[in-house]
Amino acid sequence: MKILVAVKRVVDYNVKVRVKADKTGVETANVKMSMNPFDEIGVEEALRLREAGVATEVVAVSMGVQQCQETIRTALAMGADRGIHVLSDAVLEPLAVAKLLKAIVEKEKPELVILGKQAIDDDCNQTGQMLAALLSWPQATFASKVKREGERLVVTREVDGGLETVSLKLPAVVTTDLRLNEPRYASLPNIMKAKKKPIDQLTPETLGVDVAPRLMTLKVEEPAKRQGGRKVASVAELVDKLRNEARVI
Amino acid sequence: MTILLLAEHGAEGLKPATLNTVTAAVAIGGDIHILVAGQNCRPAAESAAKIPGIAKVLLADDAAYAHGMAEDVAPLIVKLARDASYSHVLASATTQGKNVLPRVAALLDVMQISDIAAVVSPDTFVRPIYAGNALATVQSKDGIKVITVRGTGFAAAPAEGGSAAIESVGGTAAAGLSEFVGAELSKSERPELTAARIVISGGRGMQSGDNFHLIEAIADKLGAAVGASRAAVDAGFVPNDYQVGQTGKIVAPELYIAVGISGAIQHLAGMKDSKVIVAINKDEEAPMFQIADYGLVGDLFKILPELDAELAKGK
Repeated sequence: MKILVAVKRVVDYNVKVRVKADKTGVETANVKMSMNPFDEIGVEEALRLREAGVATEVVAVSMGVQQCQETIRTALAMGADRGIHVLSDAVLEPLAVAKLLKAIVEKEKPELVILGKQAIDDDCNQTGQMLAALLSWPQATFASKVKREGERLVVTREVDGGLETVSLKLPAVVTTDLRLNEPRYASLPNIMKAKKKPIDQLTPETLGVDVAPRLMTLKVEEPAKRQGGRKVASVAELVDKLRNEARVI
Repeated sequence: MTILLLAEHGAEGLKPATLNTVTAAVAIGGDIHILVAGQNCRPAAESAAKIPGIAKVLLADDAAYAHGMAEDVAPLIVKLARDASYSHVLASATTQGKNVLPRVAALLDVMQISDIAAVVSPDTFVRPIYAGNALATVQSKDGIKVITVRGTGFAAAPAEGGSAAIESVGGTAAAGLSEFVGAELSKSERPELTAARIVISGGRGMQSGDNFHLIEAIADKLGAAVGASRAAVDAGFVPNDYQVGQTGKIVAPELYIAVGISGAIQHLAGMKDSKVIVAINKDEEAPMFQIADYGLVGDLFKILPELDAELAKGK
């Protein structure tokens, strides 16, 4: 089966973001960008399924500015076979991304689409579920284990109370959680090889998708800072403060 | 304006997260209808009917909704939202709400507003982005607002005092796309992490799962829930449902005790709105100390038994 993996270019998870002075967003100029960590887990899972003989081809897809090609190259260096880039300078909301992915799914006809459960920039946690809805496919979000059994996909999900296992009819959408796997590092030879792998470029217009945003960001602000940093010298002092000063125990 | 609110419930009845979401609905304004979808879930519907300020409870009691599968519940919500022209559809930002609601939003061709922490007006909301390092105020232009609610942003509504009518609804069949196979749910006598008044969490510094008994002993003395950092979950010390952080559970208890947790921004995102924070760590430079109201530097294997003994002394 063919697997499509969606990869998003985001501010690296180690960067402490700063809100812009004009409150229009966070500073992304001259900031290290990386593949969304949950999407790396998605790429890894697709590669493992290919290595296990379950999948035949892994296609990495990204949407957005020209530099998203770097994110696709990272997926190719990890081992994905080829890439698709939907070029757009617009703000792409999850609903728009889901519609673009749907258009690509209709062209590529994969049996499985893997996405990260959420992107660490907008923290939306929507795109996979939306894509599944638009395709009328089943979904398994927050996956910690994925196994193909005949014509079905059996997925263990991380839920608030523990773990839940579902069985999906293929084709299906899976979104990854942290414990699904540990993504590999790309080796230097594979990084060199990735430079020769093909990346198709499309646009929302050629795919016939209206990506106009539905939400208007009125302002972006920094949260209130906590006044912390006080130290206590002993356990007895700590318990005394919690009892008599903070009065929380 | 009428709001449709998806109740969160389980074998134990209505879940506390629903009450926080009710408060968000009250802040938006208008009539509130609570949908309880499941199988043999009338007791949860009866609890929902007792919440003050609820106009109506919709009970969808059908085998098709037994396990709350998104493929089966989303079409029901979409049908209700269209037929009754609701202005808003709300759910708690729990794994259940996060799973189902984007599916509803896409079917309604609406951009969901995830994880709101405050209501500015019926179409404008505040939501944390970048692990809570920024707060975005967003306005929706969609006809129906589809929203998940961060429980820590809204106090729990009272559970008793109302007497809403319960009306049966349904009319969508199982989609036949997915099947529930089973669940391994953590069993605990302690309070639920997201609803607990006190949370004590362990990190990589705990060194092993066995050592968590040191934390559990204190949790039991304080009536606290036990949480963990991602590092402790990844290392297999405790199950995934203990994880507090950006992509785990978001908590804001009266007291949060972080033990052996350095304080990565992803963890802080899940607990920095707690009222009082205590940090216990041997590394004086740990970022957790910068946000802690009370920091205690030292070896947790010495401090935890001492703390246990000190608490046992009583007031």
